[in-house]
Amino acid sequence: MKKQNQRAWLFVLPVLLLVAFNALIPMMTVVNYSVQETFGDNLFFWEGLGWFEQILRSERFHAALGRQLFFTVMILIIEVPLGVAIALAMPRQGFWVPFCLITMALPMLIPWNVVGAMWNIFTLPDIGLLGYFMNHTLGISYDMTQDPVAAWVTIIVMDVWHWTSLVVLLAYAGLVSIPNAYYQAAEIDGASNWAVFRFIQLPKMKTVLTIAVLLRFMDSFNIYTEPFVLTGGGPGNSTTLLSIDLVKIALGQFDLGPAAAMSLIYFAITLLASWLFYTLMTMNDNKA
Amino acid sequence: MAQIKLSNLRHSYRPDPRGDDDYALKKIDLTWEDGGAYALLGPSGCGKSTLLNIISGLLVPSEGRILFDDQDVTALPPARRNIAQVFQFPVIYDTMTVYDNLAFPLRNRGRDEDIVRQRVMAIAEMLEVSDMLNTRAANLSPDNKQKISMGRGLVREDVNVVMFDEPLTVIDPHLKWKLRSKLKELHQRVKATMIYVTHDQTEALTFADQVVVMQDGEVVQIGTPVDLFERPAHTFVGHFIGSPGMNVLPCDVRGGVAFFGDKELDLEGPLAKAGEGRAEVGIRPEFVSISGNGPGVPATVRKVSDVGRHKVVEAIAFDQRVHAILEGEAPNAGDAVTLEFKRSQTRLYMDGWLASTPGGGA
Repeated sequence: MKKQNQRAWLFVLPVLLLVAFNALIPMMTVVNYSVQETFGDNLFFWEGLGWFEQILRSERFHAALGRQLFFTVMILIIEVPLGVAIALAMPRQGFWVPFCLITMALPMLIPWNVVGAMWNIFTLPDIGLLGYFMNHTLGISYDMTQDPVAAWVTIIVMDVWHWTSLVVLLAYAGLVSIPNAYYQAAEIDGASNWAVFRFIQLPKMKTVLTIAVLLRFMDSFNIYTEPFVLTGGGPGNSTTLLSIDLVKIALGQFDLGPAAAMSLIYFAITLLASWLFYTLMTMNDNKA
Repeated sequence: MAQIKLSNLRHSYRPDPRGDDDYALKKIDLTWEDGGAYALLGPSGCGKSTLLNIISGLLVPSEGRILFDDQDVTALPPARRNIAQVFQFPVIYDTMTVYDNLAFPLRNRGRDEDIVRQRVMAIAEMLEVSDMLNTRAANLSPDNKQKISMGRGLVREDVNVVMFDEPLTVIDPHLKWKLRSKLKELHQRVKATMIYVTHDQTEALTFADQVVVMQDGEVVQIGTPVDLFERPAHTFVGHFIGSPGMNVLPCDVRGGVAFFGDKELDLEGPLAKAGEGRAEVGIRPEFVSISGNGPGVPATVRKVSDVGRHKVVEAIAFDQRVHAILEGEAPNAGDAVTLEFKRSQTRLYMDGWLASTPGGGA
């Protein structure tokens, strides 16, 4: 065999260094914390897997994880079909295309903490446009600082408002890539609108929708800023999602060990779910 | 099954067409007889796909009517015209099996599963895809995908016409030949009217009984492959069909006699009408013979190409390029020769259109 020049690996070195400093080394300190106990003064005691056991058995963690799963499942159930429906309704050519695309992209351009603040003010019962309208015009009691149901409705609607566009744009990209001949052939084959959607549009959108669901899963599972600014996890603990709880433990209580263990469990769940989902979605692709 | 009649058809993609140039189809009057094998031949952009889409109902013509057996279908959508169309790129339903793909047009029309099974099996057998019926269609090779597209077009037994829009574009050359003869065979078995659109003369001439040649949105000639080859109605057809195409040489007409340079040429027969205009003589390279010093048009050989079965000689006579196809011995480049045109195949064209009539001597 011809001897190969291996020096090209040197080109990878800068990336390796970059990743080491911004991901691997910080990650390792988290791993360090997760197996040790400290009382300050840089004194550490070996703790083994104790923190992991404690977190996995803690009811507080279970509750936060449950809320997190509920949130993610809810927004996926709403955003994916809604996004596909909007993409189907959008014009494929003509004057309105850029208008629709830009309008769709706008919510995604707003920083997360601004979105949280906007919705916070929007829903205030005394001065917020929505809050005032609901309470004083429609006479429906709506106060997300008092009522857990109102708080949940608000964070879900806020996320739908902020992120459905992502699904729309990806689904739209999938739709416009379908050659016209497919629609013409379906028309000649006498296919109904539903059959066109089921057998042409949906299969052609599958790849982009897989990406859309994956992105929305990861983002929503790790969401922090928007609900933190909007509800701060309240009222009570009713909207305390995993990330909010994690920050409370790490920076509020300064329990670095349990917080580190929780981070790693959190990370493992996200990774595992993403991997599972992606594998399931793509495993039929090469099957005969 | 029906006779298809296009009457006074005009189509423009612009909302407010002004001159003839704005029309993709200028004026089409055509009748497709039931059960015929037709080819629609013309260069890219001549309007043949437009014409096809008008017949299938994907496009509504700006003017004129489409009649299926005297029933006006101009306003009917494709699904109600009972036609089938096969597109340039294979259209298959990725998530379905080959069987379900072939069954799709029948199931959409609510046919019994028994009939569906029977038809799908028959078509699969004809196309030689019986062993793939349970395969996911997405995993097929391009030529098999195109076969499935064709199969979906042929699976309904009562279609008025099956149209093929350059269906072999994406197929490998060695499979093209196979699919082409398959199509011819299918036409003989299913006996549906078929219209085959192509810009490839070989495809058109091998498939069709009647070839419709189009140029710039107009039908230039309709005829059998032999007609098109031997008596092109227009110099365009002469150029477009044949390899190399017909020699078209500018000439002068004086008193009903054609002169090429200072040589008088014997035409196939008298002129249909004496007219003014640009006169040209058309002769196929197959009917030009070369001798060392006989009577005829003096010329100099410029190039000889050996294309296998025969040699193509390019000669210059009166500053015009003349091709001749020779079997066997050919002169060398630079030789001075004389060209002889076979009289019965020497035609006169006025402003592009055939003006001489047959009936002259040998």
